[in-house]
Amino acid sequence: MKWSVFIAKNFGRMVLLVICVSIVTFWLMKLSPVDPLQANVGQVALGSMSQEQIEKLEDYWGVDEPPVQQYLGWAKDFIRGDMGTSLVYRQPVTEVIGEKLSNSLILMAAAWILSGILGFVMGVVAGMNQGKAIDKVIKGYCLLISSTPAFWLAMLLLMIFGVWLKIFPIGLSVPIGVEAEGVTIADRIYHAFLPALTLSITGVSNIALHTREKMIDICGSDFMLFARMRGEKGFRLFQYYGFRNVLLPGITLHFASISEIFGGSVLVEQVFSYPGLGQAAVNAGLGSDMPLLMAITIVSALFVFGGNLIANILYGVVDPRIRKGGAVK
Amino acid sequence: MKRWNRRQRVLAGLILSVTFLAVVCIAGSLCTQQALTTDLSQKNIAPGAEHIFGTDWLGRDMLMRTLKGLSLSILIGILAAAVSAVIALVLGVASATLGKTVDSVITFVIDLVMGIPHMLLLILISVAMGKGLTGVIVGVALSHWPSLARLIRAEVIQLKESPYIQISERLGKSKWYIVKKHMLPHLLPQFIVGLILLFPHAILHESSITFLGFGLSTEQPAIGIVLSESMQYLAMGRWWLALFPGIFLVATVAVFYVMGQSVRKLIDPGSVHE
Repeated sequence: MKWSVFIAKNFGRMVLLVICVSIVTFWLMKLSPVDPLQANVGQVALGSMSQEQIEKLEDYWGVDEPPVQQYLGWAKDFIRGDMGTSLVYRQPVTEVIGEKLSNSLILMAAAWILSGILGFVMGVVAGMNQGKAIDKVIKGYCLLISSTPAFWLAMLLLMIFGVWLKIFPIGLSVPIGVEAEGVTIADRIYHAFLPALTLSITGVSNIALHTREKMIDICGSDFMLFARMRGEKGFRLFQYYGFRNVLLPGITLHFASISEIFGGSVLVEQVFSYPGLGQAAVNAGLGSDMPLLMAITIVSALFVFGGNLIANILYGVVDPRIRKGGAVK
Repeated sequence: MKRWNRRQRVLAGLILSVTFLAVVCIAGSLCTQQALTTDLSQKNIAPGAEHIFGTDWLGRDMLMRTLKGLSLSILIGILAAAVSAVIALVLGVASATLGKTVDSVITFVIDLVMGIPHMLLLILISVAMGKGLTGVIVGVALSHWPSLARLIRAEVIQLKESPYIQISERLGKSKWYIVKKHMLPHLLPQFIVGLILLFPHAILHESSITFLGFGLSTEQPAIGIVLSESMQYLAMGRWWLALFPGIFLVATVAVFYVMGQSVRKLIDPGSVHE
């Protein structure tokens, strides 16, 4: 299979998946017992309206149309860029998403890169020293971290650094009472530091364990054995024989795990009241804000599938068998 | 004392873990009344001899609330994880045995479910079910099966190549017969380990979604609710409200992990040396 075919196939699958995500999301929202009229107009206003007015509104919102038609109408508007109006924020959904996404992206990108590097290093160190004390420490740490809910870790860090030591602010992405133009980059970093730290700490364990396993595999290989026999050891051994082999699997896994950082950010943003996409998702869920919730789901699914796409292409780069369509376990 | 061998150590750890969980569950279900009793003369006491976890802003004993919340969370987690594991088993086996079309459909669904970030999927299902307790249980049950289903599918595909199943096929046995007689017994140990390893995820996500405010009411203090309530008192320096329930939650989840690993070591001793 040629490269173009391989990429086109993966890309087509991604588009299909995104469409299916939107259908599932729409269906789940239809299942919800929340009455669209009541949510949009408000119970009080609805109660004081005449039957005719209500019918007009029902017509406007398309309550009586069959679900398929409703979905198609929504999807058409969505692709054109009209995602509806958010009920919680009283703004067009596109604006809300744009603003929240830019806040979240800083946070998630920082955490993603940091946890990737940290986890990779930890995995390599543990894998090279399999069975020794440091391996056990790192394994124990990973077990502990993966048992810790992200929101509790966030609360713990907030207690220590925010309330007790008073080094970092308790919440929000910018200082209170400062105009938008007055916010410096330093302010933003200062406010995003704790949430990003929390996300990185929780994101480490997965990548570290995966890298460790790969590293152990590599250490058991013949070329490693031969290198050891010739007297190579320590960092040189890793640098020339291990590094390149373990780097790509690590990077690939990290691209495929974007969805976890997304999930973690929902919790962490809630604790730090950081106005990002995750917090918007929670508000939308609690406030039955269907347009916003659906848009957030699709945007995040785009990120996740984008990450998976990159991971798949990287796999194809490393292993021609996958690109050529063969079965690989 | 004679030194224990590895098997005995693993067994001892397993028994300890089960005891810990059983004690939390039983104590939690016994102390419903104490967990809800308010005593305004005893509010906001820091941890001490009388209340080892301290008391909250209504004078409720935090130890009781922690136990009650954890036991509720563990029960919900076990229920949801069990449902999830059964879905995973059925879909995993079906995907690997029922031909190419079924396989590609199920793989597609797995990719689909994994494509929506986990917390977001939980929120969506919770909203769809009307934000109640059922929403939480259904959400956790419907969102945890994909990874286990993938594992089982891979295992069954490998199993299909083994001679005894190929012979059975040649002998004209039906698919159902082969699955029932040959595959399920072989899959059982892996399934049990997978099931136990689903619990920690289920509990973590259950506590997270209730922490965010979906699902349970304050009369049913699941651990997430206890923690989210103590969030509001964090800035006032009441650290004990969040610290101890959190530590207990982490301990519970870690115990489940250890249990899963122990059972794997007992069932499949070879895996220890990997």
